[in-house]
Amino acid sequence: MKISATTSYPSFLLRLYILSRILLVSLLMSAPVHAGGDTVVGFIYVGSKADYGYNQAHALGADAVKAMPGVKVIEEENVPETLAVQNSMESMVNLDGAKLIFPTSFGYYDPHVLSVAPKYPGTAFLHAGGLYQEGKHPANAGSYFGYIDEAQYIAGIVAGGASKTGKLGFIAAKPIPQMLRNINSFTLGAQSVNPKITTQVIFTGDWAMPVKEAEAANSLIDQGIDVITMHVDSPKVIIETCERRGIYSSGYHADQSGLAPKGYLTGAEWNWPMVYTGFVKMLQEGKPLPHLLRGGLKEGIVKNSPYGPAVGKETIALANAAKAKFMAGDMVIYKGELKDNKGNVVIPARQSLPQTDIKLESMDYLVAGVIGSTGS
Amino acid sequence: MKALVTAAAVAFENLLIPICALLASLLLFGMFLACLGNDPFEVFHTMYRGGFGSLFSWRNTLERAAPLMLTALCTALPAQLGLIVIGGEGALVAGGLVAAMTGLVCGSFAPWFVLLAMLAAAIVAGGCWIAMTGWLKYYRGVNETIASLLFNYIAIALLNHLVTGPLRDPQSLNKPSTPPIGNANMLGDMPGLGVHWGLMFGLSACIVFYVIFFRTTFGFAVRIAGGNLRAAKIVGLPVGRLTLITCFAGGAAAGLAGGIEVAAIHGTANATLAAGYGYAGILVAFLARQNPLAVIPVALILGGINASAGLLQRTHHLPDAAVQILQGMIFMMVLFSETYYGRLQALFESRRAA
Amino acid sequence: MNDSALGWWGVPLAILGGAIRASTPYLFVSLGECLTEKSGRINLGLEGNLVLGAMSAYAVSYLSGSPWLGVLAAGAAGMLLGMLHAWLCSYPKVNDIAVGIALMMFGAGIAFFFGKPYIQPAAPHLPAISFGAWSGSAQVRSALEINVLFVIGLGIAPLLSWFLSNTRWGLMVRTVGDSRDAAGALGFPVNSVRAVATMTGGFLAGVGGAFLSLYYPGSWNEGLSSGQGLIAVALVVFAHWQPMRCLYAALLFGGAGALGPALQSVGVTGGYYLFNAAPYVLTLLLMMATCSPERTLSGIPGELSITK
Repeated sequence: MKISATTSYPSFLLRLYILSRILLVSLLMSAPVHAGGDTVVGFIYVGSKADYGYNQAHALGADAVKAMPGVKVIEEENVPETLAVQNSMESMVNLDGAKLIFPTSFGYYDPHVLSVAPKYPGTAFLHAGGLYQEGKHPANAGSYFGYIDEAQYIAGIVAGGASKTGKLGFIAAKPIPQMLRNINSFTLGAQSVNPKITTQVIFTGDWAMPVKEAEAANSLIDQGIDVITMHVDSPKVIIETCERRGIYSSGYHADQSGLAPKGYLTGAEWNWPMVYTGFVKMLQEGKPLPHLLRGGLKEGIVKNSPYGPAVGKETIALANAAKAKFMAGDMVIYKGELKDNKGNVVIPARQSLPQTDIKLESMDYLVAGVIGSTGS
Repeated sequence: MKALVTAAAVAFENLLIPICALLASLLLFGMFLACLGNDPFEVFHTMYRGGFGSLFSWRNTLERAAPLMLTALCTALPAQLGLIVIGGEGALVAGGLVAAMTGLVCGSFAPWFVLLAMLAAAIVAGGCWIAMTGWLKYYRGVNETIASLLFNYIAIALLNHLVTGPLRDPQSLNKPSTPPIGNANMLGDMPGLGVHWGLMFGLSACIVFYVIFFRTTFGFAVRIAGGNLRAAKIVGLPVGRLTLITCFAGGAAAGLAGGIEVAAIHGTANATLAAGYGYAGILVAFLARQNPLAVIPVALILGGINASAGLLQRTHHLPDAAVQILQGMIFMMVLFSETYYGRLQALFESRRAA
Repeated sequence: MNDSALGWWGVPLAILGGAIRASTPYLFVSLGECLTEKSGRINLGLEGNLVLGAMSAYAVSYLSGSPWLGVLAAGAAGMLLGMLHAWLCSYPKVNDIAVGIALMMFGAGIAFFFGKPYIQPAAPHLPAISFGAWSGSAQVRSALEINVLFVIGLGIAPLLSWFLSNTRWGLMVRTVGDSRDAAGALGFPVNSVRAVATMTGGFLAGVGGAFLSLYYPGSWNEGLSSGQGLIAVALVVFAHWQPMRCLYAALLFGGAGALGPALQSVGVTGGYYLFNAAPYVLTLLLMMATCSPERTLSGIPGELSITK
């Protein structure tokens, strides 16, 4: 049975009710119908699923799906973003009968999901990255992502409150828009506490470079930076280095507070269990799956780690106030007049870009106060 | 008659020993699995199902084998000269990067021309990349194994620098890439098979290079130089030129693999080009005992093993590294079996004498 | 400039600190490889020893609570791989370079296979000695936090050098490495000497891995080694098979690796991929400068298959 977009419109509201915290931006996609037995759901990870970071965050979501009745979860780790992932997906459909596949790495989508999905209309391919384009991409593909920069903004407030030197550090993999948005939101959050604060960025060049990340952390600390956050696949090494050298750290992807009991301030985390169980429930109930699902703190797709012991009361109050504004939906991070770190006005006065604004998806600047550049 | 028997013995030996080595390594791997509480027969059955058990599995295997055939040649051809080159990864990256750039430059021409130009550029780029190693070896005395390894790191750094910087398509938001070459210019699938044309290129390259290196005067000269450098120089063979040409040929094959990755799969050059095909090719070349023709079946076997890796994770919950262990075991066994060549032949001859 | 910031002075300090922090794996692997190659065999697979050593060290340190036990386990694991290499290569016609590549794959495979449960937990680390107590600057103090293994490595280099040139056993190793026939004529057990040299080399490389997982960066995961073991083998060639030169080369490499992040931290923001590749280019240039097709390198073992 195929449900077309028009006939299923009423269920749009129903789903909003069921997943009341999820923001639906787009139309619906047809749900594959499954008959008898457990629903087979596949997860594909680009690295090790116990990496204390990106892949682990997704694997926690898979664990939550495993706990659901009537579902069989199949997983593959360390699948590179080549033809290998196409073959893995096809193998999951052909040999295991998967009805829903979550290829969780950003690079899996184009061209891999785009070329496999049309061959298997009976299976849904939901990709972490928010890249779906209505009308252009296959009907049984979809994409979801969270505005994790909202959690980074809160983390920035906490970092700004905790920093004594007024210098923050950000260890980043590559200068891509998502990364720049995290760096900017973190910095803007910190500047809301202390306008003079700066963030020094170091790009390591790749998603998992343990030695380089440790070296970057040490270099930053030598420059007098006293709070470091990051956007790399596995933040463990950086958090541990910060703790050893006695400075504060703010985590990413998953909760790393156990690695730095003294210096861990907070962190920006994904909440994939809620998203994944939501999708699987829709599939089980035969409801159409959304093509594009995005959300932030309000929708519960992202969250902050609990505040660490080093965070002061006033800072907590400031952070909680900002969080309340996000929850109420009236927080705007990017509003004019905003200048980049070369002095150009990137958002003119009186203009404000809400989180859903498409312009933010192609961010190519670092805001004033960030030390670093967007080239390679 | 005696010569015929000896030839038969050699051929038999060339077939029997690798098969025994393969079986021995499977036995070893089976024991390893059994020690960990897995049923080895079930695992082997799963591997068969994942690699060769169905039409889909075959397609999966063939697609994985195609780049390995080309990157294996990057090690196998210089090996005819006695050089151990492990720079396939770098040559693949260089070929892919240059192919993508060529695709952009000629974007306005007819698709067949764009494709031809891209693949030719990839061949030249990969060839020159490894020829540099050959040049360093012959004219500067720099060890080729280490130089080619260093060139891998340098190629990957250049690729990353260019695709995140000067050559980056501003539209490739969160996956820095060069601008796409366009769907019209992509290399399609072979009709009826559902496998891209790279397979055809791989097969033909193996056959062509086999003929060149084992059936022509040029190949004979190369192998003489590989067997005894001093003798080759005394005979007056242009060893320097042979080195450059052979290294170029090996690099060209790996470069072509990179060009095909761009033209048939990604449509752009980005960091995923360095996915390890070059390193897997080294394994294939050694397992094939550096024989271009033997590269074909070995690439198929390894492609099949790789194709079954995912199914092993899913059905038996074996870590992804299980396949790596198996490959390591096969590799060691095949190398170990080298020591048995010639013994069978000796056995035949002693029987006849008796 | 405020007190706690170093500005441009941070760059040389980072290179110094990086040389101390990041050079140890290079040092141990290249010393091990140096010994192995002196005996006439090349073991290209020390990357596998490094990775397996890192995993074993982390696992044993976590399970037993003693990092030193972890170091021993790493050494033992490396030694086993070395033994396998020596055993396979003791048969005629078996190519030692290829066996090395096979062992690299096998060692890393074993490490990844059994290492999954140890990615998460935190294992006790190796201790460091503070050599910087005299300095008022926290940065200098931190750069001079020197791990015991590094100090041990500093000691092993001259010791190995002395061993090779001044002892009877060292002479035996060198003879076996220079000419199988000469060694045989003198009654030296060629294969046993090579086996011991390869196993010792494997042990050292394993210990180098322990440094990675138990000190710097100090955690176990599958991307821990980004080819340090392979590069260290290359270092031996441009160190001309001299242990002391291996030490300098390792320091140079560790320091060069710190260059990229350090330059970014003071505001040189472009070209970091190229800066990160600096150590490889440097090695290549040094090799080009020091090698020559006409003359054989001094110190090169005559039996080494890469020189034939």
